[in-house]
Amino acid sequence: MSLILVIEQILNGVQLGVMLFLMAAGLTLIFGVMGLINLAHGSLYMVGAFAAAAVAGVTGSFLLGLVAALVAAAAAGALIEVTVIRRLYAADHLDQVLATFALILVFSEGVRWVFGSFPLFLDIPAALSGPVTLPGGIEYPLYRLVLIGIGLAVGLGLWWLIERTRLGIRIRAGENDREMIAALGVDISRLYTLVFALGAALAGLAGALVGAIQSVQVGMGEPVLILAFVVIVIGGIGSIRGAFVGALLVGLTETLGGVFLPAFFGLFTDPATATSIGASLASMAIYVLMGVVLVWRPTGLFGVRA
Amino acid sequence: MIGERVLSLGVLAVLGGVALLAAATDEPFTITLATRVAILALAAAGLNIALGLGGLVSFGHALFFGLGGYVMGILAFHAQTYTPLDLGLFEVAGTKSMPLIWLAAVAVSALVAIPVGLLALRTSGVYFIMITLAFAQMFYYFTISWSAYGGEDGLSIYVRNGFPGLNTLDPIQFFGLCFALLCVVLWLSARLARSPFGLALGAARQAPARAEAVGFDPMRLRLVAFIISGAIAGLAGALYADLNRFVSPAMFGWHLSGELIVLVILGGVARIIGPVVGAGLFVMLEHFLGQVTDFWQIWLGLILLVIVLYARGGIVGLVSPRRTGHG
Repeated sequence: MSLILVIEQILNGVQLGVMLFLMAAGLTLIFGVMGLINLAHGSLYMVGAFAAAAVAGVTGSFLLGLVAALVAAAAAGALIEVTVIRRLYAADHLDQVLATFALILVFSEGVRWVFGSFPLFLDIPAALSGPVTLPGGIEYPLYRLVLIGIGLAVGLGLWWLIERTRLGIRIRAGENDREMIAALGVDISRLYTLVFALGAALAGLAGALVGAIQSVQVGMGEPVLILAFVVIVIGGIGSIRGAFVGALLVGLTETLGGVFLPAFFGLFTDPATATSIGASLASMAIYVLMGVVLVWRPTGLFGVRA
Repeated sequence: MIGERVLSLGVLAVLGGVALLAAATDEPFTITLATRVAILALAAAGLNIALGLGGLVSFGHALFFGLGGYVMGILAFHAQTYTPLDLGLFEVAGTKSMPLIWLAAVAVSALVAIPVGLLALRTSGVYFIMITLAFAQMFYYFTISWSAYGGEDGLSIYVRNGFPGLNTLDPIQFFGLCFALLCVVLWLSARLARSPFGLALGAARQAPARAEAVGFDPMRLRLVAFIISGAIAGLAGALYADLNRFVSPAMFGWHLSGELIVLVILGGVARIIGPVVGAGLFVMLEHFLGQVTDFWQIWLGLILLVIVLYARGGIVGLVSPRRTGHG
């Protein structure tokens, strides 16, 4: 097990983590402000990826594709907020789960209707493709480094938005006491639409960025959605800081577990058994992590104590 | 306004009647659809105990459905390959006998429900929804990477398991078995809802603090409800696997957990016959919309949205509303 492999895997884990953060930040923001559990968040991720692949395919520009992903996901988010989600804020979680589950069916089948069942492909722009050499002679794909950079930049931007701007003050006020800020003259329903669209745009961005290293297909949002749920449960629902820490933890556990658990079991048993036991355990590792965190802190690492 | 008891018996009579009629006119496919309804209704009836009576929104009941399926798959696999099943401390032979498989499915599901329930019930609300989902996903990924039993490809069982005195290969006889189990479980859950345990569980759902103040332990009541609920879903899973003669990780998938909730809601939460109505409607939609369009799930989604937003009591609630506002 060389040091280079370890560093590469850590970078892969961080890359997965920051992309999960983009998803989890929107989910946790929407839950924190509106108290809504949104299963359709993965669909917005898929919408972003498809919009990017379609626009980049026509125009040949990756950047335009990213813009299209942001716009399409935000628009889809705003649309479902105004038509459906708005009616669910006062409903219980069961209704929210069902209605957003119904939205997943509509989105998935709708996208299949428009684009067909075959995956689309989104190419990494030429300027960002190929490896770079990091200090210490490690070759690592430039695009993945860029993803890490974008994820960290978005994280900083969100922090700035929420802690330092007027909109952020309103969002935080909405989390604490929605009646009071409505009484103070803030248009609460517009604020909610805006927050939902913001969360949707982040999911769409993640979809487009990850779409370039995986194939763009119907259902691509669902595994990511479930990972993002694990992230916000670990981090504490409603906490952006928790989402960030949780995302990195999950990203690293998922990536490092897949590589090191089989190697670890290789110390005790023959390679074939070690690979199969290790792979099985690695696939369960993040759920074990979640279980441990919840036993220790039932509302997550940064969650508000009930 | 129809009384709930009349409605329940009526719905069961319709389901049984459809299957008998299909048997008389020699339409095995319709019998298979009716069997699917009975089995899905059984699983949803299990979920209804946790969800309806206990107020526990489990988004991971596919976990138990899948466990039941895999118990059947593994036992039948060892029986058809004539290899013993190594349980570490001792070995058992595989079996093709349905009663034994059901017993094992119920036992395994209940045993797994204990630690899962203990962990998940520490939390509530959204956390509970997500942690149950995560447990089911954990098993989903585990079975995908578990190559001994087919991994991602699943496991095929060539001949349907047997039941003493019956020919289970005959569709109507297999339907009869599933239907009988469904009736027993529905009767038991009606009894359970009226029993001291069911009333205490309802109290713990509606006013946990008051229930605790009069001496009940809400956590324990919920755990017992969760275990019973999981055991029934496990039984349904074993039957479902026998219906398809196939198990795959998809039985643990979160789509299935979602569909089970959908069945309960379509029918009407905490209504005894709700799961049967929900499952019947779901299978009919799937079948008839599926014939009209490849994209039938869009319409399913839209129908669901309308029900969630406008028809809170589900179908049973429309036909036979509750007299009081307390659910």
